[in-house]
Amino acid sequence: MLEIKDLHVSIDGKEIIKGVNLKVEKGKIHAIMGPNGSGKSTLANVLMGHPKYKVEKGSITFDGKNVLVMTPDQRAKAGMFLAFQYPVEVAGVSLFNFLRAAYNSINNGHAKNIEKEVISVLDFQKLLKEKVKLLQMDESFIYRHLNEGFSGGEKKRVEILQLAVLNPKIAILDETDSGLDIDSVKIVANGVNDLKGTDMGVLLITHYQRILKYIKPDYVHVMINGKIVKSGGEDLAEQLEQKGYDWIKEGIE
Amino acid sequence: MKQTLDINKEYEEKYGFKVKDSRVAETKLGLSTRTVDEISDFKGEKGEYEWIHQFRLKALEHFFARPMPAWGGDLSKINFDDIIYYIKPGTKMREDWNDVPPEVKNTFDRLGIPEAEKKFLSGVGAQFDSEVVYHKLKEKLEKQGVIFVDPDTGLQKYPHIFKKYFGTVVPSDDNKFASLNSAVFSGGSFIYIPKGVHVDMPLQAYFRINAEGIGQFERTLIIADEGSKVHYIEGCTAPVYSKSSLHSAVVEIVALPGAHIRYTTLQNWSKNVFNLVTKRAHAFEGAIVEWVDANIGSCLTMKYPSVYLKGRNARADILSVAFAGDGQHQDAGGKVYHLAPDTTSRITSKSVSKDGGRTSYRGLLFVAKNATNVKSSVRCDALLLDEISKTDTYPYNQINNETATITHEATVGKIGDDQLFYLMSRGLTEEQALNMVVVGFFEAFAKEIPLEYAIEFNKLIQLEMTGSVG
Repeated sequence: MLEIKDLHVSIDGKEIIKGVNLKVEKGKIHAIMGPNGSGKSTLANVLMGHPKYKVEKGSITFDGKNVLVMTPDQRAKAGMFLAFQYPVEVAGVSLFNFLRAAYNSINNGHAKNIEKEVISVLDFQKLLKEKVKLLQMDESFIYRHLNEGFSGGEKKRVEILQLAVLNPKIAILDETDSGLDIDSVKIVANGVNDLKGTDMGVLLITHYQRILKYIKPDYVHVMINGKIVKSGGEDLAEQLEQKGYDWIKEGIE
Repeated sequence: MKQTLDINKEYEEKYGFKVKDSRVAETKLGLSTRTVDEISDFKGEKGEYEWIHQFRLKALEHFFARPMPAWGGDLSKINFDDIIYYIKPGTKMREDWNDVPPEVKNTFDRLGIPEAEKKFLSGVGAQFDSEVVYHKLKEKLEKQGVIFVDPDTGLQKYPHIFKKYFGTVVPSDDNKFASLNSAVFSGGSFIYIPKGVHVDMPLQAYFRINAEGIGQFERTLIIADEGSKVHYIEGCTAPVYSKSSLHSAVVEIVALPGAHIRYTTLQNWSKNVFNLVTKRAHAFEGAIVEWVDANIGSCLTMKYPSVYLKGRNARADILSVAFAGDGQHQDAGGKVYHLAPDTTSRITSKSVSKDGGRTSYRGLLFVAKNATNVKSSVRCDALLLDEISKTDTYPYNQINNETATITHEATVGKIGDDQLFYLMSRGLTEEQALNMVVVGFFEAFAKEIPLEYAIEFNKLIQLEMTGSVG
């Protein structure tokens, strides 16, 4: 489904990702772990098409299509989703209106009329309220302005709420667990698990192993200095938890 | 360039269309005492009261004597000799839309006025070029003593109220353009709300320019008696012409003790209109005056709604929003004079500039020596959508009493890559994402106006945003 080949990425002329290869299949959960500054978040942003990063070499394909020529909205329409590490605030725009516009935009295919509505206000309200409940949030949230004045934990939950509503083919979760207390980690993990039956692939980027107790990965990759240096199963995460990253670093040096 | 043409085209279809001109009278091109004489003669069968005629002539002297303002926007392109100052449409004022000539009625139908009147308005006045062609107030309000008529009728039927307040809030020698209006004014609204009467649904006036090369100079006078409450809304549009038009209105508001007046403007002139307007209110003890002012159209707007807080506990709230696109300069803001103790005010300005457009905030805050415990806050937020657009602020403060609490905040923002990326990553196109940020930026305004107008306002913004990407 998602295939990354020999990807090299730079920002302001400095190479951050130095040759990453990765394949994420339908319904599989891949965790990418690594110390700060290893290029994990860069990978997440590049996958979704942040204009700040420059792809120097390599390819990204999704369902066989060349992702690198697509704008972020085209990637979203193709079924990709990024849960942001630092969700952006948008003043004056309610979560409800924003998400309904996104839902309409994603689900009306290649219709010429981008404003075309594919869901009525009432039906969308129902859908949104259902998902809000799943994430144990207060209903009033959906009428608040997007991320404005939300706590760090609330922002992360809202990212997963968006994920649940937009229902993509692949979810890239960028440090979704960072800054969350353990109860919130559980709620967020439940939200993701709830979508797993749908063939959704997951690329879970994390610094810590703790979220992997609740979202069981099929594969674990370790990223250091812009490269995936080790891949394995769930047990790799356990090892990292016990021994840290140094033993891997030593192994590659 | 193509984008601009597209915007004009879409404006033209929705608002900028013109209908067959069936004028029955007009003044000769240009401005002189003769112009004033002609206007006075055109008014009614016997012409105007002599005191109004004299008022006009005196104002015209002031107008000629005063230099053009050297501040604000570029006024050099206004040619006072190449304007028709008065055009009388071929109809008398009617109280039934069916009696309004079809081409005129059709204009207001397309602008949605009769429909809005049915749904959620207490009364409507519709002006076509220089005269009001339709005026109607709900019977229930008429019975309560509410007056909502055009100024000519106000003068004829209610001279005692009219004469008492007319020209007292904005004197005819106040500024060059107030003088011009005082000399050649025609049309507008005269409103009186009796003591304690609350008008639940808004009164609306709509000002339409149809003819080319015209000046529109309506005059609005609102008196809200003690403890009364009213919301007045005005809208305006014009056809797209290559020749420029001039709109120069004067609005006078008197809020007697405990009265509450809200005055909302949705200014959507075509981009060939100079919009130079003087709006001022006097607020007495415990009165509240709110200006909710949106400027989207015109080539140049210079407008600073003001409130004189003349009684203890009076309050002023000014919300000014502006959108300036290619070839537009919105020089707007607000002025508050705290002339009594315990008065409070708030000025909020929000502006967006795009495609080389320019917005300016110009504000004045005055606190008199005897005005103790004044509280005031000013906030200006500007959003620039590209590198070629401009925004600037000119806040002036004259604080003569040290017990005043004044806060001032100003921000200038740009839509960042991160914000666009976030919205686009959810499937919104770049244009949709930009729209959303701008509509969100103006939300503080949209939530202050009735839903139907908020929807129209958001549509206007989207229209202005068309072709942002490319």
